[in-house]
Amino acid sequence: MSQANAHLSSGLKELIRRPYFWGVIAIALLLLVNSIKDPTYLAISYNATTGSLVGNIIDILRAAAPIAMISVGMCLVIATAGIDLSVGSVMAVAGAISMEFLASAGTSPAAALGALGLALLLGAALGAVNAVLVSVVGLQPFISTLVLMLAGRGLAKVITGGQNTAASNELFRWLANGYVLGIPVVFVLAVLIVILVGLLVRRSALGLMIEAIGMDPRAARLAGVNRRGLLFAVYIASGTLAAVAGIFATASVMTVDVSNTGYQLEMDAILAVVIGGTSLAGGKFNITGAAIGALLIATLDKTVVFLGVSSSATPAFKAIVIVVLCLLQSERIQALFRSRRSRQPEQRVDAPKEAVAA
Amino acid sequence: MNTAITTPSQVAAVSRGAQLRQRLRFRAAALPTLAALVIFAVMLVYGEIAYGRIFQLSTISNLFINNAHLVILAVGLTFVIISGGIDLSVGAIIALSSVAGVMLAGTGMNAVLVILVMILIGSMIGAVSGVLIQFFDVQPFIATLAMMFLARGLASMLSTKPLRLEDESGILVLGAKLKIIDGPKVNDLVITPGVIIALLVVIAAFVILHRTRTGRTVYAIGGSEQSASLMGLPVLRTKLFIYLASGTLAGIAAVVYTSRLGSAQNITGIGWELDAIAAAVIGGTLLTGGFGFVLGSVVGALVLGLMNVLITRDGGIPPEATTIITGGILLIFVLLQRAVISRQRE
Repeated sequence: MSQANAHLSSGLKELIRRPYFWGVIAIALLLLVNSIKDPTYLAISYNATTGSLVGNIIDILRAAAPIAMISVGMCLVIATAGIDLSVGSVMAVAGAISMEFLASAGTSPAAALGALGLALLLGAALGAVNAVLVSVVGLQPFISTLVLMLAGRGLAKVITGGQNTAASNELFRWLANGYVLGIPVVFVLAVLIVILVGLLVRRSALGLMIEAIGMDPRAARLAGVNRRGLLFAVYIASGTLAAVAGIFATASVMTVDVSNTGYQLEMDAILAVVIGGTSLAGGKFNITGAAIGALLIATLDKTVVFLGVSSSATPAFKAIVIVVLCLLQSERIQALFRSRRSRQPEQRVDAPKEAVAA
Repeated sequence: MNTAITTPSQVAAVSRGAQLRQRLRFRAAALPTLAALVIFAVMLVYGEIAYGRIFQLSTISNLFINNAHLVILAVGLTFVIISGGIDLSVGAIIALSSVAGVMLAGTGMNAVLVILVMILIGSMIGAVSGVLIQFFDVQPFIATLAMMFLARGLASMLSTKPLRLEDESGILVLGAKLKIIDGPKVNDLVITPGVIIALLVVIAAFVILHRTRTGRTVYAIGGSEQSASLMGLPVLRTKLFIYLASGTLAGIAAVVYTSRLGSAQNITGIGWELDAIAAAVIGGTLLTGGFGFVLGSVVGALVLGLMNVLITRDGGIPPEATTIITGGILLIFVLLQRAVISRQRE
């Protein structure tokens, strides 16, 4: 009986120690707040005419998709002790090029694929520019991606001539607004991409090597890790994922808003990554955590609007979440927790363990 | 055999050589700042030749008046960046502080009191950033990002509409134009109390950073925080001071900006933290910390301001290309810094 209890508590402890534990708690709390305001908040109904599930949760999942894309890319970049401030601008560029292409190429499925390919290619190319600046020229990631953040927004405006180009294309629209088995296509795609990236880095040595260059670039080089190649891979991945996010964001309204698409979303992505337990100092990363962080941010965005607060006030709530999570993760607060816990029940748990060991 | 024996003249020669080398190295490190000055001059000359009416008292006055707030922000960020940190909250502080200030002034509060409150709002946010960074080990990027979100969100909660100061408000005195030289037609040398405030800030920051122990500690922290604290330097106090100062200066910048414009809005100052960082970097401050000048950042801010003037004057450059040009200029300067540093290492 006590053994089962101990097992349970150790399992719980393991769960609490997961870096994204507090993120999950925060999501649950937000959903709880919404449910208190409106008991039917969590309800999901089936709309037979469109063959889709309808509900607030589904909206949150849909909103989380683009954030999850850039967060996963950002997660990899941050693991190398870098940062990618350009993702929001890359989203705008990808959206701009795909809308411009669709506006002239028409409504055929082939045109949609062409727009997709073009956007992904451009995203990868911009990622490669970052990679060149960081790994070949040797600039700091902060400043080289800042340059592309400024220039990228301008590039998007140049592509569309400063207009907010709109286009119509069924397949492209389906990407963001369609459903597979009742679940939004964007969410399915996002989950698939997150799993794919996760498997790629965690089931191979790739993730370990990325962490190695984030931890100590010199030691990694001495260990034979190809720093330049990995940095290229990471920044190109981040650029491509940002392009995917840009496609998601523009396809849902079939319009690119060159000054607002992806605006300040790099901050959301960084936030999601930090919530997920990835340290900005580099050297370790957690893809699941980043995805959960993205989900939390989407939930927060929707909650603020749902509670009737002006959406421009959302940043204040994000600030509260960041500060609370950072405090929970900080040494000082954790030490406080530990000392309080060890004062009472911990001793009782420890005593029989020692007896067994003896 | 007697190679070991060195004559006094040789010693003198060696030391003179070392001295010269050291001076050269210092020059090389200051090269980006020098380049910023050169580019500033080139831009002035090019503007005069291409568009005319640049070397004019009114143009120069406007350059200073319109960029006084950016100069103040850049000075604040110089401290932060030299210490190896970053402050992303300054733009949002301006929004919060000016919206709150204009609202308070609207209730008929004393102008001096309003200005004090505006500055204190900045100080408070800066202090919170400092505490988060210093006591809870939050990275500067994240802590100031949180404060940026907080300030921007609070400003939006106060009001999302543009607010105007009343015409007889005392705050506007700081934006009043004072003629110093009465030139022909409108070509006067004018100055506002805001510009004088910016000047005082620059002087104070110059003295603190380059002439006091606190300033030396800022550089030491940027070089290596661990070494600084092992040397017994007051790292804790200095880092709190740095973020407090940056927030306070953002508050002062809000006062200067609001007094010039006479209005405030919750979306004021979006991206200004990046402008200020760019100004500091163009002026020769290293983003990795440990190196930079106050006056360099002033030049950097003026380069950005002059660039806007030239783009407006040209008229042919599409406004959407402005950010590309800013990005390009930033890149050039960073590459220059990079080249200088790698030369130094060799």
